[in-house]
Amino acid sequence: MALFGKSKYTPLGLKIFKKKDDIIIKEAVQSAPSENETDVKEKSDKAVKVSIKCKGCGAEISKKEAGKYKICPKCGRYFRLSAKERVFLTADKGSFIEFDADMTAANPLNFPDYEEKIAEMQQKTGLKDAVVTGRCKIGGSDCVIGAMDSSFIMASMGSVVGEKLARAFEYAAENKLPIVLFAASGGARMQEGIISLMQMAKTSAAAAKCSEAGQLYISVLTDPTTGGVTASFAMLGDIIISEPKALVGFAGRRVIEGTIKQKLPDNFQTAEFQQEHGFIDLIVSREEMPKMLSELIKLHYDKGGVQQ
Amino acid sequence: MKVYDQVKIARDKDRPTALDYINHCFTDFIELHGDRLFGDDGAVVGGLCRLGNMPVTVIGIQKGKDTKENIMRNFGQAHPEGYRKALRLMKQAEKFHRPVVCFVNTSGAYPGVGAEERGQGEAIAKNLFELSRLKTPIISIITGEGGSGGAIALATADRVWMLENSIYAVLSPEGFASILWKDGSRAEEAAEIMKITAKDLFELGVIEKVIDEVPGGAQLDFEFTANLIKHSLTEELPKLCALSPDELIEKRYNRFRGFGIYNE
Repeated sequence: MALFGKSKYTPLGLKIFKKKDDIIIKEAVQSAPSENETDVKEKSDKAVKVSIKCKGCGAEISKKEAGKYKICPKCGRYFRLSAKERVFLTADKGSFIEFDADMTAANPLNFPDYEEKIAEMQQKTGLKDAVVTGRCKIGGSDCVIGAMDSSFIMASMGSVVGEKLARAFEYAAENKLPIVLFAASGGARMQEGIISLMQMAKTSAAAAKCSEAGQLYISVLTDPTTGGVTASFAMLGDIIISEPKALVGFAGRRVIEGTIKQKLPDNFQTAEFQQEHGFIDLIVSREEMPKMLSELIKLHYDKGGVQQ
Repeated sequence: MKVYDQVKIARDKDRPTALDYINHCFTDFIELHGDRLFGDDGAVVGGLCRLGNMPVTVIGIQKGKDTKENIMRNFGQAHPEGYRKALRLMKQAEKFHRPVVCFVNTSGAYPGVGAEERGQGEAIAKNLFELSRLKTPIISIITGEGGSGGAIALATADRVWMLENSIYAVLSPEGFASILWKDGSRAEEAAEIMKITAKDLFELGVIEKVIDEVPGGAQLDFEFTANLIKHSLTEELPKLCALSPDELIEKRYNRFRGFGIYNE
């Protein structure tokens, strides 16, 4: 099993990918829930599960109270959003076209029980892996979008996440589109070992290629963004935004506490901590996020300014 | 030999360091200091030297030989300023058309308060980003431990080689066992399934070359391994230097772009 030299990135490969686009569009349009469908789903969910517990204040909150932004009305804490919820809160209605919807993990190291784990997570989350990518409009502007989903093995980055993100960057570069990625991750996909580590270089190289092609990359950090994802594409945005109070850091809190033999303050590795230290441009609330993204995209892609 | 025995060799306190290899393989080494932003990280050494007549920029993650030096070197665990110093020297190499050689031996990037405050994640990410487009050849050699993000930050290279008893992994066998099985003492078992040895990684196509050591490890016969490194560099660097910057970057891009196995 030689991975080296087996690059999917060949001009031929890209052409095939493009041709497939039409098919992907059809599938995506059919599978994308409309707003009504989302409402229906929430209603049926309510029948099953009446409330969710806020990890911030411990209050039992009904899904209706948390609202579509999923914010605790008692303490303002953000509940984690699924990738699909994120896309539907961000993309203009009906504009999302999913890429690579059927890509699933293989088992590059023949790791024991990995296939079973993936199958179980797929069953549980309805996702194929930990990231959803595609193109859409935000406030009328075309862009590439990606959202990670922490309910799928803590959105750890293995081959599927790396490949879908690399393709998303390449699509943005090729089609001269901005790219918006909502990061969330516990780090590397342990079961893919060194291949998981290689995804850091792969996604960063793709981000660099997209940057060289002159396209805007907005990285939005959400709770939690840590480990190998922080140490690769998540920290490489032209503009880096975070949701309030999101956990953002490289090394895990317990690892650091174990190393320095001290307890860390509560605000350590929060979005606010990162902004104070110069690593985040903006902290933007969930309600304001689509408007901010749309503004930023327009500021970069509207005609005018310096002649090229 | 069990994989964990190899892990022990990779971590041996007498294992030759980056400066040992630098001083053996190159001449006229002049060490340069600092990241021009915050400080000078003792865990990362770098500077100018020659391989034969060819000027080279060399960078290494340096472990100490004794407790005192290890404290100064932070046990070979770099802070952000170490990665930023490395990047500064590599951008300098690009400007002056010198190839870059990196020696990697680290258990990982340092997990500390200052490291987080100064952006450990950003520093590593920026290296991956910049190295992937660097317009000059890069060869990285993992000589002991290739610890995760802290290693790949200096190994986003055209060629990645490993010494026979070195390891390269997404995290330590101890960390792996503790995350996956909640039991760090099962490190030996973890090492067996993680695929972290030079031989495994060569078979997986993650590295291009395995450099031999004498039985028992390079610390038992330093010159044997150091000569092989020098010979390999002397052979390979001129080939990479003959490529145009565009070719070089495209090949490097495809090298990393190809990693991953999935179904669709």
